Amino acid sequence: MTGLEATRYDDGTIAIPSHPVGPDGGAPVETIDLSEYEATVITWTTATATPPGVRAPNHLAIVEFEIDGESARMIGQLTTDEIEIGATVRPVYVSQLRDPEAGIRDPESQSWDGYRFEPVE
Amino acid sequence: MRDVAIIGASMTEFGTRSEWIRELLVKAAQACLEDADVSPSQIEHCYVSNMSSGEFEGMTGIPNALAHDLNCMPAYTQRVDQTSASGGAGIYAAWQSIASGTSDLTLLVGGEKMTHRTTPETTDIIASITHPVEYKHGVTLPSFAGLTARCYLEKYDAPRESLADVAVKNHANGVYNPHAQFQKEVDKETVLSSPIIADPLRLYDFCPITDGSAALLFCPRELAAEYTDDFVSVAGIAGATDTHVVHQRDDPTTMGGVVESGEKAYAMSGYTPADIDVAELHDMFTILEFLQSEGLGFFEPGTAWSATQDGVTAIDGDLPINTSGGLKSKGHPLGASGVAQAYEIYQQLLGEADTQQVAADVGLACNVGGFGNCVTTTILEADQ
Repeated sequence: MTGLEATRYDDGTIAIPSHPVGPDGGAPVETIDLSEYEATVITWTTATATPPGVRAPNHLAIVEFEIDGESARMIGQLTTDEIEIGATVRPVYVSQLRDPEAGIRDPESQSWDGYRFEPVE
Repeated sequence: MRDVAIIGASMTEFGTRSEWIRELLVKAAQACLEDADVSPSQIEHCYVSNMSSGEFEGMTGIPNALAHDLNCMPAYTQRVDQTSASGGAGIYAAWQSIASGTSDLTLLVGGEKMTHRTTPETTDIIASITHPVEYKHGVTLPSFAGLTARCYLEKYDAPRESLADVAVKNHANGVYNPHAQFQKEVDKETVLSSPIIADPLRLYDFCPITDGSAALLFCPRELAAEYTDDFVSVAGIAGATDTHVVHQRDDPTTMGGVVESGEKAYAMSGYTPADIDVAELHDMFTILEFLQSEGLGFFEPGTAWSATQDGVTAIDGDLPINTSGGLKSKGHPLGASGVAQAYEIYQQLLGEADTQQVAADVGLACNVGGFGNCVTTTILEADQ
């Protein structure tokens, strides 16, 4: 199971996903589990022309977490298109977000589980 | 550094072609050499802009294949892959080869063969540029466009219809381009009633899947007159990148690579946005024409939509954009598109754009890879 993790850098910045060097040049110092956090929808779309192995339609959003006064964004699938900019969402674990065998990328090259976002009532 | 001139240019018809990548490249290359009346044996460097011939067709090593087919050995060859911006990156590489003094005659050919694959397959090949955290969610380039378009419309209180105006304008321009994939007009109602692809964007907000190729021939400015009286000069050129992970940008409606490459190209050329007479922008999606024209300083942030609705970017406007029909109408064979943008500017500056001719001494082409991930901006000027 892949966690929903943000990376904090030694200059205080936070990013999802992690990179060897942070957005302002910092070094990674810790990971933060975001699976119990809520986030805000920055924008969203419903894609109907999806690649092999991807659900259609595919509801997607860019969401923003607030973590100890720092914000960090991520992209992810939505559970519904009943959504709007500014809505509050929470992550829901999904064991397989797309069929690893159907696309161009080698199935062994990355993980395929993760989190969708559902609106908080 | 030496000043650089473009002394020949060509493009094949864009659309669904029977030829495969090797044949497409040869066609544009030979037409370009004929345009400049240059023999293949004179070529010193030969660059091929191409994103994915291996993935699309199972054909790799295409620069060497082209050199043999043209019989331009022992010219140095190199493939340039910068995703959808491979063409612009090829221009940068060709310019560098001449400016540095490494080559006195460089041929650049951009091409892609795509239409034999299904739309989902093609979408996946292009989406393979994404980060693993994006790819596993099924994120595609069109979905980035939908996400960004919604953000732009909300942020600037812009009407959805303004994006349709981009499609209508560029299709109207493509009618007169004999190389364009779609040589037909569309009206706003058709755009707004077409199927949703990535909400709020619809089918006519997207460029098609396309086969085609285009070529340019470069030499030192000081030698150009020895080949032809009809040439243009590279006044400014620069490339830049933005984040690989698109959601890690501070503002989804700002393409940092466009801003950076534009500023550097302006600085090199001595021109400002106000000096640009005609521009070819990478309208893979209608929203990209707004983002680039703002990032390049043609319009203030949040105002490109109203400038478009006011006709500023129309062929008879103050700043005609995509007189070729753009990627939207002309088509988007990935590796060829950036080269074909410069072909259109070359035609405009030489006064050879026929019914699409505008008054132009300085033109700009902006070629975007990924969703603004890598960008090249080129400013061309007529012979002074």
